[in-house]
Amino acid sequence: MSHFLTSPVGKKFIMSITGIFLMLFLIVHLTVNSLLMVGPDAFNSAAHFMTTNSFIMVLEPLLALGFIIHIIYSAYLTMQNQRLRPVHYKKVDRWGSSTWPSRNMFILGGLVLIFLVIHLSNFFWKVKFGDLDTVMVQGTQMHDLYGLVSALFINWWWYDLIYILGALFLALHLSHGFWAAFQSLGWDNDLWRVRLKRIAYVFAVIMGVGFSSIPVYFLITSG
Amino acid sequence: MKVKLKIWRQPNARSKGKFVDYDLDDISPEMSFLEMLDALNTRLIQQGDDPVAYEHDCREGICGSCGLFINGRPHGPEREVATCQLHMRSFRDGDTIVVEPWRAKAFPVIKDLVVDRSAFEKIMDAGGFVSVDTGSAPEANTTPVKKQNAERAFDAGVCIGCGACVAACKNSSASLFVAAKISQLALLPQGKAEAQRRALNMVARMEELGFGSCTSTEACEVECPKSISLDHIARMNREYLRASFSEEKD
Ligand code: HEM
Ligand code: SF4
Ligand code: FES
Repeated sequence: MSHFLTSPVGKKFIMSITGIFLMLFLIVHLTVNSLLMVGPDAFNSAAHFMTTNSFIMVLEPLLALGFIIHIIYSAYLTMQNQRLRPVHYKKVDRWGSSTWPSRNMFILGGLVLIFLVIHLSNFFWKVKFGDLDTVMVQGTQMHDLYGLVSALFINWWWYDLIYILGALFLALHLSHGFWAAFQSLGWDNDLWRVRLKRIAYVFAVIMGVGFSSIPVYFLITSG
Repeated sequence: MKVKLKIWRQPNARSKGKFVDYDLDDISPEMSFLEMLDALNTRLIQQGDDPVAYEHDCREGICGSCGLFINGRPHGPEREVATCQLHMRSFRDGDTIVVEPWRAKAFPVIKDLVVDRSAFEKIMDAGGFVSVDTGSAPEANTTPVKKQNAERAFDAGVCIGCGACVAACKNSSASLFVAAKISQLALLPQGKAEAQRRALNMVARMEELGFGSCTSTEACEVECPKSISLDHIARMNREYLRASFSEEKD
């Protein structure tokens, strides 16, 4: 098993499993976020549920672990691969043979990581360790997360820009990552490669448009 | 037609190489790329210079020895051809053509444009064969093979071991080559018996020899002169994962 974790196929298995786990998380995350456009009470109740439900609280450290393994393995894998061509080509023309995101997964992942750090310090940190205003929703006292999010997006335009860019980089990462994950697991064949690639583009667009629609929504509704 | 060549010259494995420019004036568009290089070499020999070393044998796209990195792409700009099947009509009069050897740690340069591809042989030694005695040619139809599998095995079997997949890959991965060999044998009854061990051993050997892992960019499939499909890499992954997670390694 120890050799498995360092073998070319095993490393990609780890990238794939953690990647799929992170994509599942994104689906839940976007679903909750879309409640921001429904209204303060809906979003605050959902956020309250996500921060107090015991099942979710067990998942949270797992999610952190998923991110950490995905990131560490991506760096390990990418650096190892880069060392295997000590003398570079003078002229390389890859435009006709592969897509830009597929060649730049580490750069896109790195940009997503930078976004992630900003994002965590904006919200996660404040929820965990800051003191937030509280509101009453249907008789329950809870954090006013809606207030925190809307204030950020309404008052600081560059945060809107950062969040839109973050969603864009993520979408590009997933436009390749989604189907590559199934290739790494050995699912692809003459029929499914085409299908998975189409699903990948649809998934990437939903994630990209979905996450960036939130800052856009606050920008528009706040006038 | 006229072309300007920028060719990698390197006297031997240890020396430092450099690009040297050559101008050729009366090239016929009907010449193959290798014939154009032959014309250059004739001139160099007449001038008393060292001719450009490059590898070639069959000159009909079946031996896999002629790989050159031409204008940024393995085997040049056309699809589904080896360098020997590339013709000068694929270039324009006055073009500058950059000619480089395959670049990969696992394929060190021997001289000029010739690289040592014996790493592929070493991968084959690790399992690219059937070691059970399959006897003499059996009666047709005694061992049924599904038509689709026979075709897929054939599609994998046309790999000529040229190394363009490694040259094209940003990770210098030999996944397409290794997958073609694993697939070809795993799909047929004679090779099935050892499929798991073969997948484990050939992948391990590929890694040891300094080839990278697969990011699924698909560049290999596009640049492969035989258009070997990435689906074979998925099959390799399947065989490897199945072997890794199964209790009994055959
Ligand atoms: C929510 C965030 C993320 C999701 C959903 C995600 C998802 C994925 C998926 C599904 C893959 C394909 C795996 C495969 O090819 O088998 C992948 C690949 C990759 N990810 Fe991520 N990723 C995320 C964040 C990151 C971050 C933060 C980094 C690094 C800094 C990163 C770096 C990479 C790299 C380098 C690859 C390609 C590995 C290779 O070369 O084969 N990802 N990602
Ligand atoms: S898979 Fe294609 S590119 Fe790679 S060695 Fe075989 S024929 Fe050449
Ligand atoms: S010389 Fe044999 S394939 Fe080109």
